[in-house]
Amino acid sequence: MNLRLVFKSIGLLLICEAIALIPSLIVSLIYKEQNALVFFDTIGILLSFAVPLCMISIKNKNMYARDGYAIVALGWIFMSLFGALPFYFSGAIPSFIDAFFETSSGFTTTGASILTNIEVLPRGILFWRSFTHWIGGMGVIVLTLAILPSLGARGIQMMKAESPGLNPGKLVPKVGETAKILYGIYIVITIVEIFLLRLAGMPLFDAFIHTFGTVGTGGFSSMNASVGAYNSVIIEIIITVFMFLSGANFALYYYMIKGNLRAPFKDSEFKFYFGIIAVSVLLITLDINANIFNNIWESLRYSSFQVVSIVTTTGYVSTDFEKWSMFSKIIIFILMFIGGCAGSTGGAMKNIRILLLFKIMKRELLQIIHPRAVYSVRLGKKAVDERTLSEVLGFFFMYIIVFIAGVLIISLDNMDWGTTISSVAATLGNIGPGFGIVGAVGNYSSLSDISKVALSLIMIVGRLEIYPILLISLPSFWKRVSI
Amino acid sequence: MRIIIIGAGKVGYFLAENLCKQNHVTIIDRNMNALRKAEENLDVLCIKGSGVSTSVLLEAGIKQANLLIAVTSTDEVNMVCCLTGKKLGAAQTIARIRDPEYAQDLSLLKEELDLDMVVNPEQAAADEIARSMNFSTAMNVESFAKGRVRLVEIKITKDMALAGMKLNDIPSRFSSQILIGVIVRGEDIIIPDGEKVIEEDDSIYVIGKSSNIYSFCKLVGKSPVKLKNVMIMGGGRIAIYLANLLMEMDIKVKILEIDKEKCIELSEMLPESLIINGDGSDEELLQSENISNMDAFIAMTGIDEENIMSALIAKQNGAKKVIAKISRLNYVNVAQNLGIDSVISPKLITSNQILTYVSRNNVETLHRIIEGKAEIIEFIVERNSKIINTKLKNLKLPKDVIIATIVRKSEIVIPHGDDTIKEGDRVIIIAKNKNITELNDIISNNRGKA
Repeated sequence: MNLRLVFKSIGLLLICEAIALIPSLIVSLIYKEQNALVFFDTIGILLSFAVPLCMISIKNKNMYARDGYAIVALGWIFMSLFGALPFYFSGAIPSFIDAFFETSSGFTTTGASILTNIEVLPRGILFWRSFTHWIGGMGVIVLTLAILPSLGARGIQMMKAESPGLNPGKLVPKVGETAKILYGIYIVITIVEIFLLRLAGMPLFDAFIHTFGTVGTGGFSSMNASVGAYNSVIIEIIITVFMFLSGANFALYYYMIKGNLRAPFKDSEFKFYFGIIAVSVLLITLDINANIFNNIWESLRYSSFQVVSIVTTTGYVSTDFEKWSMFSKIIIFILMFIGGCAGSTGGAMKNIRILLLFKIMKRELLQIIHPRAVYSVRLGKKAVDERTLSEVLGFFFMYIIVFIAGVLIISLDNMDWGTTISSVAATLGNIGPGFGIVGAVGNYSSLSDISKVALSLIMIVGRLEIYPILLISLPSFWKRVSI
Repeated sequence: MRIIIIGAGKVGYFLAENLCKQNHVTIIDRNMNALRKAEENLDVLCIKGSGVSTSVLLEAGIKQANLLIAVTSTDEVNMVCCLTGKKLGAAQTIARIRDPEYAQDLSLLKEELDLDMVVNPEQAAADEIARSMNFSTAMNVESFAKGRVRLVEIKITKDMALAGMKLNDIPSRFSSQILIGVIVRGEDIIIPDGEKVIEEDDSIYVIGKSSNIYSFCKLVGKSPVKLKNVMIMGGGRIAIYLANLLMEMDIKVKILEIDKEKCIELSEMLPESLIINGDGSDEELLQSENISNMDAFIAMTGIDEENIMSALIAKQNGAKKVIAKISRLNYVNVAQNLGIDSVISPKLITSNQILTYVSRNNVETLHRIIEGKAEIIEFIVERNSKIINTKLKNLKLPKDVIIATIVRKSEIVIPHGDDTIKEGDRVIIIAKNKNITELNDIISNNRGKA
C-alpha cells in the first residue's frame, strides 16, 4: 500500500470538493441568505485538511489496483463527512449523523432523505443538497481526472473503481480526455434539461434542483411532494425522458456524436434496458388501470414515470405508489435491484450484469443437455471473457450478501417487513424511496442512529459497486506484507 | 499524433510506454493478459482482436491514425497488418521483419507493401555489436551525426588517472575536444557541471569527435586494442548477421552452437568461420577452445539467464571483453552490475529506432541510456529556431540539460559559453528526465522542470 500516494490523491479529491462548494455559496449570496458563511467555513476547513495532504511528497509513483480502490473508498467516505458540514453548521439538520446520511444520500445519488419539511430550508443549502447528486452522478474521481490531468495513467485504476459497470472502457486513449468527454456530454444534457423545464413553466431554481436530481439519477426535490407537487404532465414527461437518458450508457452518446447514430440500437444492454422498462410499464399500467386510476392515459402517465424513476435509480415520486396493488409494488421492488446501464449515472446491479446472469443461466442448463459442449457467452457479436463472467457471478453474490447483512442490521429497529427490506434495497441500489415508513410519501427520519449510519455506508457500498468498501474493511488489504 | 500499435509484447509495451505521454496510443493484441498489463499501467486504449482484421482496425480508428506499428511475433502478420492498415487510411506504417529470408528482399518488400520503415532487431543488434568492437574495452558506443560524433561509456576504476579529478581539470590534462555528459553514480544520474569530481566506480559517458574519443580512451588507460579473435555462443539469426559483419572487419570468428543440425547449416552459410558443436556454458569446452586468448566473447542464445552465466564464466576464464544479449529489459542493469562489459538488447534497439522515427520531424537521432532515464538527442537547427545566434551562456537552459556537441559542416565543436548555434547545425543535447521533442523545448523557460 502506497499510503503517501493514497493520501495525496485524497487531498486532490477534497480540493475538488471545495471547488464544488463554490456554486452553492454563490446561490446563497444571490438570495442574500444569512448562512452563506457556512459555505466559507466548510471550504476553509476542507482546504486546511486538503492542502497539507496535497503537499505530501511521493517517493514511489507506482499506483496499483489496491491503491486505486483505497483512494476511491476512503475518498468517498471523507467527502461525505466533509460534505455534511454545511447542513450541520447551518442548523438545517441539527444531528451530525442525519447530516452525514443526507450527504451520503446526495453523493451516492440515492435521494433518501431524513428531512420532513424540505420547503423551509434555505436555498443555498437546498442547492448544495442537490448539487451533490450532480457531482456524485458522474463521479468525483472522473471530475478530478477531467480537471487535473496530472494523475495520468494512474487515473485509470481509480476510474475503474468508481465507474459503474464491468470493464468501464475508455472512449479515447487518454484517461483525462475520456473524463472530459463524459463530463462534456453530462453538462450538455444538464443544460438542455434546465432549459426545457424552464419552458414547461418550472421556476428557475426548481429547474436547477430537479435537473441535478434527474441527470445524476439522484432524486432530491425541493418540494415535500417531490415531482408530484407540480402536477404537470409536461414536466413529468421531460423528467421521465431525461431519467431514461441518464440511466443509459454515456458512451453510446459519444458514438452517436461521432456519427454512429444507430449505436444504441446495436447495443444489447440498451435493448435489454428498454425492454425491461417497456414490459414493466405495460404490466403496471394494466394492473393499476381498473384499481387506482380510471382511465388508461392516467395509469400510463403514473406507471411510466414511476417505473423509469425506480429503474434508473432516481427515486422521484409523482404519486403515492404505496397504494398500488401488491403485484405492481413487487415489480417496483424487483426493478430496484436491476438499476441503470453500465457507464450511466444510475445505480444498483446494472442491466448488463442481469443480462449476463441470464445468459450464464441458459448456458448452465444447456451444458446438462450436452455435457461436452463448449458454449461461449456472447454480447452482441463479441464473446465475453470467462473472467468477466465469474466477476459478474461474484458481484451478484456479494450484492445479495451485503443486502442480507443490511436487512439484519435494520431489523434491530423492529419495523414492518416492507420497511425493513425495502429500506436496504432502496439505499443499496441508490434509489431513495422504498415502501412502508420509508415509502413514497415517507422518509428515513424515524430510523435509529445505528440504522442511519449503516444505511449511509450501504449507500456508499452500492454506489462504488461493493468492492472498494468491502476491500478496505479487509485486514489483509492494509498489511504491508500480506501472505 | 494518433498511433496504433499491433502486438502488446515486450517491444509493443516498451513503445507504448514511451509514446503514450505525448501521443494518443491504441494497442491491439489477441492476448487478454498482455492487454490487461498495458491497460493497468499505461494511459492507452486497448482493443482485443487481431490486427489483421479490418473491423478491429476500424474500431481502433485506423482512418485517423498517423502511424501504424506492427510488432507481433510473426513477420507475415506484421506485413499484412501494415498493408491493410495503409489501404484503410493509416498515414504511415512500420513493420518488424526479422527473417533473414525476407531481409534479402527488403527493398522490394518495402516498396510493394508501401511500408515507411522496416525494423529488423537482429540485424540492428549485429550492427550495434560490430560497431562497439571498434572501441573494444570502452563499453556502450553510440554514434551521432552519421558516425562523426561518438558517445562511449567508460567505467572508472581505481587505477585510472581520471578517478578523483575535477571535470574542469580534464581539458588541460587530456584533451579539450571531448565532453563528459553524464555521470552515473550508483542509482544517481548526474548531468555534471565543471565542479563535479569523478569518483571511483562511476560510469561516465563521454561524447566527442570519433578520433578524439579514440585518443581520449587511449590516454585514460582504456586503450582500444584491435580485436582479432571473437567467440560467439549461440548460432541464431544475430550470429549470422554478426559473423558476416565481423569477417568484413578482418576479425576471426568462432561460433559455439549446441545443435548439430544448425552447426551444419552454419558451416554452409559461413565458410570462413569456425563452427564448434558444443555447449557454451561448459567451462571445459571454453577452456579447450582457449577462451583466455579471445578478445571478445559474445553470448547470444535465446535464453537470457544462460547468456549472463556464460558471459560471466568466460570473463572468469580470461576473455577480455564479454557481451551478453538480453531480451528482458529489467535484466539489463543487473547484468551490468555483475561485470558484463556490454549488454545488447535487440528489443531496446528496435524500440529506439522506432521512437527516433516517430519523433523524426525534428529529431535526427535519439538514444536513451540507463533505462531511458537520460536521453541524448540530435537535432538539425532550422531557420526559425529561437536559439539561433544567441551566445550559449545567454540561453537560459533548464537544469539537467546540456548542449554537448555542435556539428557544423566539417567542424565538430565542443561548445563553450561564447559559441553560438547557427542554422543548419547539428546539435546534440543531453537531457535527464525530460521529454524534449524539438529544439525550442530546451529554452521554453524551465517548462516541465518537475
